[in-house]
Amino acid sequence: MKSDIILAGVGGQGILSIATILGEAALSDGLHLKQAEVHGMSQRGGDVQSNLRLSSLPIASDLIPLGGADLIVSLEPMESLRYFPWLSPTGWIVTNTVPFVNIPDYPEESAIMAELKAQGNVVAFDMEALAKEVATQRASNMVLLGACSLFIEGIREEDIEKGIRNVFSRKGEAMVESNLKALRAGRERAKEYAKQIKGDGE
Amino acid sequence: MKTKKLLLGDEALALGAINSGLSGAYAYPGTPSTEIMEFIQADPTARRRGVHSHWSSNEKTAMEEALGMSYCGKRATVSMKHVGMNVAADAFVNSAMTGANGGLLVIAADDPSMHSSQNEQDSRFYAEFALTPVLEPSDQQEAYDMARYGFELSERFAIPVMVRLVTRLSHSRAVVEVDDEPSAENQLGYPANPRQWVLMPAISKERYKRLLADYDDFEKASEESPFNFYNDGPDRSLGIVASGLGWNYLKEAFPEGVPYPVVKISQYPAPRKMLARLFEECDEILIVEEGQPLLERRLRGLLDSGKRIYGKLSGEIEPTGELTPDSVKGALLGIKGDDCKIARPEIREASKVTMPRPPALCQGCGHRDVYAALNGVLEEYESPKVFGDIGCYTLGFLRPFNAIDTVVDMGASITMAKGAADAGQHPAVAIIGDSTFTHSGMTGLLDAVNENSPMTVIISDNLTTGMTGGQDSQGTGKLEQICLGIGVDPAHCRTIDSLPKNVEEMKRLFREEIEYPGLSVIISRRECIQTARRHASAKAAQK
Repeated sequence: MKSDIILAGVGGQGILSIATILGEAALSDGLHLKQAEVHGMSQRGGDVQSNLRLSSLPIASDLIPLGGADLIVSLEPMESLRYFPWLSPTGWIVTNTVPFVNIPDYPEESAIMAELKAQGNVVAFDMEALAKEVATQRASNMVLLGACSLFIEGIREEDIEKGIRNVFSRKGEAMVESNLKALRAGRERAKEYAKQIKGDGE
Repeated sequence: MKTKKLLLGDEALALGAINSGLSGAYAYPGTPSTEIMEFIQADPTARRRGVHSHWSSNEKTAMEEALGMSYCGKRATVSMKHVGMNVAADAFVNSAMTGANGGLLVIAADDPSMHSSQNEQDSRFYAEFALTPVLEPSDQQEAYDMARYGFELSERFAIPVMVRLVTRLSHSRAVVEVDDEPSAENQLGYPANPRQWVLMPAISKERYKRLLADYDDFEKASEESPFNFYNDGPDRSLGIVASGLGWNYLKEAFPEGVPYPVVKISQYPAPRKMLARLFEECDEILIVEEGQPLLERRLRGLLDSGKRIYGKLSGEIEPTGELTPDSVKGALLGIKGDDCKIARPEIREASKVTMPRPPALCQGCGHRDVYAALNGVLEEYESPKVFGDIGCYTLGFLRPFNAIDTVVDMGASITMAKGAADAGQHPAVAIIGDSTFTHSGMTGLLDAVNENSPMTVIISDNLTTGMTGGQDSQGTGKLEQICLGIGVDPAHCRTIDSLPKNVEEMKRLFREEIEYPGLSVIISRRECIQTARRHASAKAAQK
């Protein structure tokens, strides 16, 4: 098994907490793992990404080669477009659709969605709305985690849930439960999209 | 016994140092090296043992403090980003002359691709120049293991050892096997040859001869190093030299094993015997190294008249930026074509609508108010010049502020403004953060005081070292005293809070001091919004 994942977003949005939970889960499932992060200047509201590589075999490179990623996971729609050249021909994109506009020349949303849809295997929805519906808006990165976990074989759902418990337990049981709800809702919603797309293809 | 841990390259090296009996860590924050010190500050063993882990004022003071600890026989690290080596250079180069007593690791974290830096300088050149060994880990496990190995090497040869990291290893996590039981610290003990630590010409002349002789022994150690090896392959039409992370990208290109002979180098001076064998057995040579082409230049020689060599100088590998799995595959495909049996991946077209998203000052950041006020005043002048410095406020160069004209190195704002004022420039404004001021601004300020240079220094004090994530700033609470102590005229040493409601007041103050035909310092203060939030939530958690 191998899963090469590009996590994308805007500095401060919280992609690293997704990476941390996936990393802990992969570790308890006995997988090899490498995760390259971005620290420093670009964390101040710039574009940020993390390369997360999981495999049952040892991993050589910290970086994912072009055309090699199985999954792009993004907290922001324009940021999900930035990494197309890394995505394999059979790869999936899982992204939130709520724009984070902090630049004056941010593209038209319709242009973003058109490019995104043209890629085929795409799960894109308003994750903030779903998070708000089942928990709180701040849990939208857990919705994304749940949605993308559907496309990562080799990591068990319960290990991701255990990871969430570890990260949020010091903030109280209510916080843990709220994040777990968001996670499960994200996963269920992604299942519906994936079924549609796979159904279309057959 | 060993335990598995998920660690950044920086953290693996830090934990390796703690577990091999570290007594003192010294550092100034700088991406990508910061997490080394942060890990030591938080580590339970280091805390229990009272391992020194307070931030230093700059890389030179850190280097000298570490050397002092080594003099007393204890194991020490000093860590910094690559450009910090420039600041520490005087101490570093001369530490090769004194030698080390307790194991001393000089950790330089290079930033090829300039993710968060102003250049791509390669620290290996410093070590070659100073005549010290270098360890260059290729993965997180090597980073961990090299701490103990490095201390032992340092003590065996009584020489500081450089550990060269690069961003991609410093900031990448992997599973590392670590020792369960940390080794004991060294006892206090003095150098066998105390004279060697007094670098007066008569002693230095003697010592330099000895150091040159020792350098041959460092090379022998490289030949026997567990981190350097000859990885034989059946196809001798090409031989490859791969250093540090280059080795990983090579393995990535050939998951079934590299078909060409490889010399993998992670310890310098370069193991010449291994390289000689590669040159003898292979028709052509490819050199894969992270950073500037140090090995490539040495192997080509001045005349480049020997065997055909491919690398950064001949263009098969992009000479700027960090290595990637793709640049290494590309070089192999370029040289060997499909004979190398590397699959050419199908690559999707890049997005056409995506725009760059540069970093920006946070909403609620005091630097924003400083720039708003400063721009408001300077538009009244025909040709104002603002000399900037290194930190979050460097982002003032970007829109919407477009407020600074130069950024060069730590502290250069004050001294360049002085040079400009000497040339007749008015207004000549320096803008510098609190941590950068105590790092390298204070000495320049003394020059300006001594000549009462007609210039205005704004210290934008956010009570922290912001860009690297909010480490303690050495001047917090002392800036006024420092400026007055250096001799700034109390009438022209002003303080104000950087707040949106104060912008008019700030403008008035800036205007007054720019109009004053001598040196002024304005300390404009507001806590960093990031650390303020952290302090607020820590306080809330306590309740």
